Amino acid sequence: MSNQTLTSLQQQLARRQISSRELITDTLARIEAQNPALNAFITVDRAGALAAADAADAALAAGTAGPLAGLPIAHKDLFCTEGVLTTCGSRMLASFTSPYDAHVVSQLKAAGAVSVGKTNMDEFAMGSTNENSHFGAVKNPWDVTRVPGGSSGGSAVAVAAGLVPAATGTDTGGSIRQPAALCGITGIKPTYGIVSRYGMIAYASSLDQGGPLARTAEDCALLLNHMAGFDRRDSTSLERAPEDYARHLDLPLAGLRIGLPREYFGDGLADDVRTAVETALAELRKLGASTVEISLPNTHLAIPAYYVIAPAEASSNLSRFDGVRYGHRAAGYKDLAEMYARSRAEGFGAEVKRRILVGTYVLSHGYYDAYYIKAQQLRRLIADDFRQALTQCDVIAGPVAPTAAWPLGQMADDPVQMYLADIYTLAVNLAGLPGLSTPAGFSREGLPVGLQLIGNYFDEARLLGVAHRLQQATDWHLRTPG
Amino acid sequence: MSLTLEQVDRIARLARIELTPADADATRAKLDGIFGLIEQMQAVDTTGVAPMSHPQDVVQRLRADTVTEGDRREAFQAVAPEAEAGLYLVPRVIE
Repeated sequence: MSNQTLTSLQQQLARRQISSRELITDTLARIEAQNPALNAFITVDRAGALAAADAADAALAAGTAGPLAGLPIAHKDLFCTEGVLTTCGSRMLASFTSPYDAHVVSQLKAAGAVSVGKTNMDEFAMGSTNENSHFGAVKNPWDVTRVPGGSSGGSAVAVAAGLVPAATGTDTGGSIRQPAALCGITGIKPTYGIVSRYGMIAYASSLDQGGPLARTAEDCALLLNHMAGFDRRDSTSLERAPEDYARHLDLPLAGLRIGLPREYFGDGLADDVRTAVETALAELRKLGASTVEISLPNTHLAIPAYYVIAPAEASSNLSRFDGVRYGHRAAGYKDLAEMYARSRAEGFGAEVKRRILVGTYVLSHGYYDAYYIKAQQLRRLIADDFRQALTQCDVIAGPVAPTAAWPLGQMADDPVQMYLADIYTLAVNLAGLPGLSTPAGFSREGLPVGLQLIGNYFDEARLLGVAHRLQQATDWHLRTPG
Repeated sequence: MSLTLEQVDRIARLARIELTPADADATRAKLDGIFGLIEQMQAVDTTGVAPMSHPQDVVQRLRADTVTEGDRREAFQAVAPEAEAGLYLVPRVIE
């Protein structure tokens, strides 16, 4: 049952060709066999998954089943799951069992989906390689000596290796799209505000957005239908009428104008990634789309703006980890101040501490205007670039990352190098637009390459439709490692 | 821009993160690299550009000042490092 899509498994369950217990038992066996080599899961909830599978089978027999009844999924380990370990990839939360469910978790549970466990990630979602996890690096199934991308690396690998058909992720600066690209699967970061952040452990609140990772665009649409929606518990959740994100899957591409930002095809883009992306664009043209060159002149400012705004918000969000109400508390201290400082020094990893320090500095007295306000002004310029460009085209296309997956350890000690690799994804979060990654062939070394599609606000259905048409015409998304 | 060790110590104190003297120097070098990247912002003239904090420029929703959550004190204190009789325990702060 490995590598089948959610949509196909959903039909087999509905026709009672398989039971959820069979499906979940098979899923758990595959995780048990392959996870030691990949390290994609931090927690496997065997008992909870089997109990949920039995409940789904009973509901399917009684005709009361939800639309996702019995389907296996996994949650990135920053979604709070009631009664199940929720670590955020950190020593700080290494023994934190959440007392409540995130909105996304309860929505998917209500639809009948069965969570088999929690996937590995960069600590507090800070990283692009999944090497910043307290629970060890995740390995790319296409080449286990290489990074899977991050921060939703465990979710991407769980899907790419065929352990689960779909998983949840979050994307603050590329954390769904980049690991999806590096692992050869599909992932979408929705418009900021359509997926509730309630119960999603916060990194940078004005940028964080949850979304699905799956093998196909069709499966992403199916999952997004159950993840999105207004939630009053998230103060930035947008109050909009529910929509069907699968409604444009079969829309023909004739007449579609695709904008190609010249800044996304300049120096720094690896030749083999360029070739793969151009091949995918040629396929889209064959399907009737036209391409037009556009410009996003402030692209280069996305990196400095992001690396001010995200650490600033992180330093504020992560101040809640004080060793008092939850999380790690140091063993020895002489007073309250030392208890805070030592608990945080022990509980956070190196990259998290760096971002908290950067954030603390840029928000400190006398520096706020020069850094945080300045970065928010650049954010406006970046968003205006997209607004302008999207008057000349319907969607924007380009690479997701400058290269295919790189060797583990290559950038582990060089944060600045790592930040520069986020150049094509950060601006989408700053603008709050939806962005998607879909497989676009392979690098010279046989590693997956992703095509990024960026849409206007609330244009998820169209992005998923373009990706679906491309997937109907190509087989890149069907290739599996090994 | 180059941070001094005193500045790094001050930031760490503000952030409530203990930094050993051995860590401070390595941290300073890494932070210098990051601020080098960030400083590119200062070359851009942003006079008159309104700062953007939310993509849709929405305002915070208001709600009625009423209780919406039930009492789950026990469940929430069960995950605390030290709690007793409904209280979170911390080192003595008042002598």
